[in-house]
Amino acid sequence: MAVLQPAVARRRRSWRGWQFVGPFMLIFALVFLAPIVYSIYLSLYRNQLIGGNSFVGLDNYTRLFQDSQFWESFGRVAIFLVVQVPIMLILALVVALAIDSGRLYGKAFFRVSIFLPYAVPAVVATLMWGFIYGDQFGLVGNINDAFNISLPNPLSPHLALASIGNIVTWEFIGYNMLIFYSALRVIPGSLYESAALDGAGQFRIIRSIKLPAIRGALSIATIFSIIGSFQLFTEPVILQPLAPNAITTYFTPNLYAYQLSFSGQQYNYAATVAIIMGIITMVIAYVVQLRGNRES
Amino acid sequence: MTTSVETRSAKPLTVRESARNKKRRKGSVTLTVLTALMAVYSLVPLGWLLINSTKTQGGLFTSFGLWFDRDGKFALWQNIHDTFTYNDGIFLRWFGNTLLYVVVGAGGATLLAALAGYGLAKFNFVGKRAVFAIVLGAVAVPGTALAVPTFLMFSKLGLTNTPWAVIIPSLITPFGLYLMWTFAAQAIPDEMLEAARMDGAGEFRTFFRISVPLLAPGIVTVALFSIVATWNNYFLPLIMLKDPDWYPLTVGLNAWNAQSTTAGGEAVYNLVITGSLLTILPLLAAFLLLQRYWQSGLSAGSVKE
Repeated sequence: MAVLQPAVARRRRSWRGWQFVGPFMLIFALVFLAPIVYSIYLSLYRNQLIGGNSFVGLDNYTRLFQDSQFWESFGRVAIFLVVQVPIMLILALVVALAIDSGRLYGKAFFRVSIFLPYAVPAVVATLMWGFIYGDQFGLVGNINDAFNISLPNPLSPHLALASIGNIVTWEFIGYNMLIFYSALRVIPGSLYESAALDGAGQFRIIRSIKLPAIRGALSIATIFSIIGSFQLFTEPVILQPLAPNAITTYFTPNLYAYQLSFSGQQYNYAATVAIIMGIITMVIAYVVQLRGNRES
Repeated sequence: MTTSVETRSAKPLTVRESARNKKRRKGSVTLTVLTALMAVYSLVPLGWLLINSTKTQGGLFTSFGLWFDRDGKFALWQNIHDTFTYNDGIFLRWFGNTLLYVVVGAGGATLLAALAGYGLAKFNFVGKRAVFAIVLGAVAVPGTALAVPTFLMFSKLGLTNTPWAVIIPSLITPFGLYLMWTFAAQAIPDEMLEAARMDGAGEFRTFFRISVPLLAPGIVTVALFSIVATWNNYFLPLIMLKDPDWYPLTVGLNAWNAQSTTAGGEAVYNLVITGSLLTILPLLAAFLLLQRYWQSGLSAGSVKE
């Protein structure tokens, strides 16, 4: 990342910087590094009623690779990633470009109102959309009654994932829009002037100046969205009582790990799920970042 | 000192310049209408929440979702009253817990990120490369993947079911560190720090007296985003806390909602809806009131490449 080399005063190296960085790194070690090391340890053991805690090598990993429930949940978040993330990011980008174009009436209103859902907790957003989706006093039920039609149930097994996608998109369009918009705002005005002198149209300016200039923001937003998709948990877990047939206990890898630990007491296997998901996320985030850098 | 004034005024000038250029272009109705569609999508669920918080439990079922209950009464005040008094006023307790987690957790996270971001941007120290590598690598590890091992560790330390179990993990925000770091690199001229050192000021005195005021927009931005993250946190308190007395609002609200599906539980949808509204109002207010700060903080954070 080119962003990570801010100018540092060419001073003699010393330990003084640690006064400032130390406290962060101490807590960081406690809540990031220690759990990682601990879960690697856990994943190599098995705890049984008879026999107690025993070292089993890579047995948990072999089991995971043959676990169809895990792979089904992984496939689901992969589909979610491939469909929801591009839709959300493209919509966010379009809105950011529209607001930045200076051709909107009431641009401050749009910037704030589209951003607002970000301040809504995922729990509240899901409860709200869950009510809206519901046929009891939800909008979907209202529309069915009013027009005497029957819309497909958003919480039926084949629509549940799309309905969750809609909730996540609603929550995060504004946030991503703001990241893009902030990056667009600092493009020097002189670039536009010379483009205008060359007679470049709006779309040409977007393609040749704006998009390349915010490549860093685009790649950061993509990486955050990928991490977010693989972590999908709150939305499905809260919708579960409304859609028990559609949302299984292994709907997403995170839900599966949660289920394994807190209903099944299978902490060792849950740690294995967490490690594999962490590795997959890191690899994909790394590949996206490499691609982002190569293109620039 | 002269250099610092120059570097600080350079950016606003270009921004203003481009703003002037943009003003000359005329507005487009089509573009406005299309963006308005997105605004409608963003605002309708919030409108739904506001409208339905005025209905009684019965009114929710008999009236149209996007309009007020014309046959029933306007129950907003009653709902707010009931939300705060239901179950011996547990909602207020949850509200207080959330505030505690936010003040200590997000406040601490902002302080740690500001200190560390400043340290990384302005000092050259032994092991700095290692710090870069470790923090960057760890950012990609999904936070929720860490939650289960963290829970097991904390339960061995006897921290689960106490506020510390929620607060300690909230103290770390890698995104905040990244933002403070890029911000500090640009906002604080090295010459100023050198001058302060020549005058014999200690490192921390220099930091609080000279650097913090310059870092203010960045600090507000990181604070707001940490507040949102802590206020909205669900997974961590869900697994760490068993005692409803320590629940934050998010976990409590979902517990109320789940009552309706448990046998013998009382359905209190009107309270879930009103409680949701009360949960989001402080955050919406904070974002609207502090707009100017966080928007400039974010822009500055993205000056790069």
